[in-house]
Amino acid sequence: MWSFLLTLIFSHLHIISLKMVQTKESAVEERPKWDNKAQYLLTCIGFAVGLGNVWRFPYLCQIYGGGAFLIPYLIALVFQGLPLLYLELAIGQRLRLGSVGVWNSISPLLGGVGIASSIVSLLVSLFYNTILAWVLWYFFHSFQDPLPWSSCPLNENRTGYNVECEKSTAVNYFWYRETLNITPDIEISGSLQWWMVICLVSAWCIVYICVIKGIDSIGKAVYVTSTFPYLVLTIFLIRALTLPGATTGLVHLFTPRWETLLNPQVWLDAATQIFFSLSVAFGGLIAFSSYNAEKNNCERDAVLVGVINSATSLYASIPIFAILGFKANNAYLACLDKNILSLTNAFDIADQNITTDTYDQWVTYLNETYPDQVLKLSLDVCDLQDLLDQSASGTGLAFIVFTEAVISMPGSQVWAILFFVMLFSLGLSSMFGNMEGVLTPIKDFKLVPKWMPNELFTVIVFVLCCATALIFTLGSGNYWVEVFNSYVGSVPLLIIALFEIIGVIYVRGMKTFSDDIYYMTGRRPNIFWKACWMVISPVMLLVVFVAYVVVQAQKHPSYPAWNPDFEEFPKTEPKPYPDWVFAIIVLLCAVPVISIPLVAVYKLICRGMKKTSVDLNPYNNYAFEG
Amino acid sequence: MLDKILFLLCLAAALADQRCMPGAPQGFHVRLSIKTALGDEAYVWNENEMFLFRASLAFAMRNHMGGQQFEVSNIIVCNETERVSFWFVVTSPLDTSQLIDQENVEVAVRKSRNRINGAFLLNDKTLEFIGILPTLAAPFIPATPPWLIAFGVVMGAVGAGIIIMLVSSVVQRKRKANEKTRDEDNDEETRVKTVENGAARDGVYNMSFSEDERFTEM
Repeated sequence: MWSFLLTLIFSHLHIISLKMVQTKESAVEERPKWDNKAQYLLTCIGFAVGLGNVWRFPYLCQIYGGGAFLIPYLIALVFQGLPLLYLELAIGQRLRLGSVGVWNSISPLLGGVGIASSIVSLLVSLFYNTILAWVLWYFFHSFQDPLPWSSCPLNENRTGYNVECEKSTAVNYFWYRETLNITPDIEISGSLQWWMVICLVSAWCIVYICVIKGIDSIGKAVYVTSTFPYLVLTIFLIRALTLPGATTGLVHLFTPRWETLLNPQVWLDAATQIFFSLSVAFGGLIAFSSYNAEKNNCERDAVLVGVINSATSLYASIPIFAILGFKANNAYLACLDKNILSLTNAFDIADQNITTDTYDQWVTYLNETYPDQVLKLSLDVCDLQDLLDQSASGTGLAFIVFTEAVISMPGSQVWAILFFVMLFSLGLSSMFGNMEGVLTPIKDFKLVPKWMPNELFTVIVFVLCCATALIFTLGSGNYWVEVFNSYVGSVPLLIIALFEIIGVIYVRGMKTFSDDIYYMTGRRPNIFWKACWMVISPVMLLVVFVAYVVVQAQKHPSYPAWNPDFEEFPKTEPKPYPDWVFAIIVLLCAVPVISIPLVAVYKLICRGMKKTSVDLNPYNNYAFEG
Repeated sequence: MLDKILFLLCLAAALADQRCMPGAPQGFHVRLSIKTALGDEAYVWNENEMFLFRASLAFAMRNHMGGQQFEVSNIIVCNETERVSFWFVVTSPLDTSQLIDQENVEVAVRKSRNRINGAFLLNDKTLEFIGILPTLAAPFIPATPPWLIAFGVVMGAVGAGIIIMLVSSVVQRKRKANEKTRDEDNDEETRVKTVENGAARDGVYNMSFSEDERFTEM
């Protein structure tokens, strides 16, 4: 009888332990988590390191005095970027909810901040994926010999080259005509470009396959997408440093011009660059850190992500500028060669007697002996510094300047393929953050019906996004991408970040937040973090916001239009935005931000109504209501 | 007699030389850039090379104007410079006082341009016939645009990946549902029998060994 009792007890204990493990698993199942710390870090780094690190930072470095720009940049990183990053990672990890849930937990009046983040993430992902579609298009075209952007196509009767292409360059023609088929004005929408549509659908499909299982699939995808760009940058670095003219480019980039520090625009641009580069206020970082274990050292993570982001920007600018130096050098030599040819032909000098080395001596000699004839030749002025100063940022850098440089490098196809795959991985890992900023709040708020599996819900969201993004595949699509890029990804984010800091530090309270951090990392934040959160970062954000708005408001917004009928073609024609586009711009800035006051007012009204209604249930205890 | 013939020949030569000069209406200006094209392997331009040029031009004229036997002597060259540029005119083989008109020479040169270029290891840019524009090579247009092939490969892989992941998740979900029903069956058997009392559901169980989610997690 004892043995019977014992077996009964043991079997039930066994079942209890099984059940307890199962319930623990079912509780954890509701919130997925990262397989290991590396996945989390790589995802955050991938989100922060994006296309801007490659094509915006080197440009800013160059126009704002090279090495001197690093000073405002690093100051902005330390006093504005890192505190904001730490704040987002900490609050997400502590409250373990997506962006909307986190702000609802801090205070229901602040729920709008999360909604604003989600809306901004959604709008940004629409145009960001279009850029990835363009990268894909160039990637598919890199498998040809010769590269399609290396020469102009012939005109209809094969007597010469296409007129538009001849006036500009083959690279410009390929970008504006064969890729975008751009219309001369934003008001002329043109039609859907079928090749762009299929590239866009491909881009969305590739993002989908990586996001399909939430962070399970993202965590595995980032092993490749976050590390591959560094590999390619290193390969480019080694290749670029061996190209002729690379050192001129690098010297030009890093030579500090200290007088630029006196220009306030430099400080403003440094602050905005850090802010947008770290991808704070999107809600994606909060979502990612919410999947962490509770007791994780988020201080170290934040510093690591911030420092790696800036280091990547610096590291990327070296091969970019080496290659731009190579390109400028080539253009300079081509200019000289053209002049040499005119001189050789005009004066019947033996072939190759005038070389690029002896050019100056010959010119002075010929100017002395035959000045009239030399004047008649109208030789071009070849200035290397001038060519180096022709800088570009954004899509211009990647699709025009860089593709032109790649043609002159031996083995162009390999370099083109590597470059575009690198751009694609950079953009893809940022897209993960954007989409998580949209999907996680919806999942947290259980807006998805129970019968719908996650994959189906993700498909629906993606199909809707893809359909909306079709406007960017119209003839005027590029102009719309510029509109979204300049206005969605700027002012609303600054406002959201301001509310984030105020919400966490002043509404939740510095004391509660310090307790949170003590709970998670085992020590309270030191005086530096406290000073930044309470005073320095909000003040800096406010100053940046006000300055940004003032600078933008001073000029009526205009855009560069590619108009083949423009007198100064191939220069782009600056056109002002028409009124209806201006209204859309204002809407884009306002709609995300307006949810903050709207939600606050709505919650106040609800609370007011609740207080006035008579509550008959004696068990209702208001102390525990959110 | 002999002096008369000599005199006539000299006159003919003089006349011919007068017809070939820079800016001659029926002549063409030719420019070679040998060092640019060949670098270290450049050959020296001398009389033999000029002979080859005249011969290849005669060949071109023969090809175009079939029947007429152009000889090297029909190609008259003048005004050679250090640049390696010169003017030439073409005389008719039937009547050396007659010059072949410009259009015919142009068409002849165009037809045999590749052969002339090849004889000198040069191309259209380095062996220039001023006034005769090179016909632009038609770009090679493959049957299927290569980018569609790359696109097809990538999208095929992505599409296959999506289908595989969706199918595997559906299969996993079915397997989990099966396991859950099997586990619940097992639970039913081993659960200590209780009195299923509807009212007691809202109250507090006193069932030491039953699974109860209302217990707080440790």
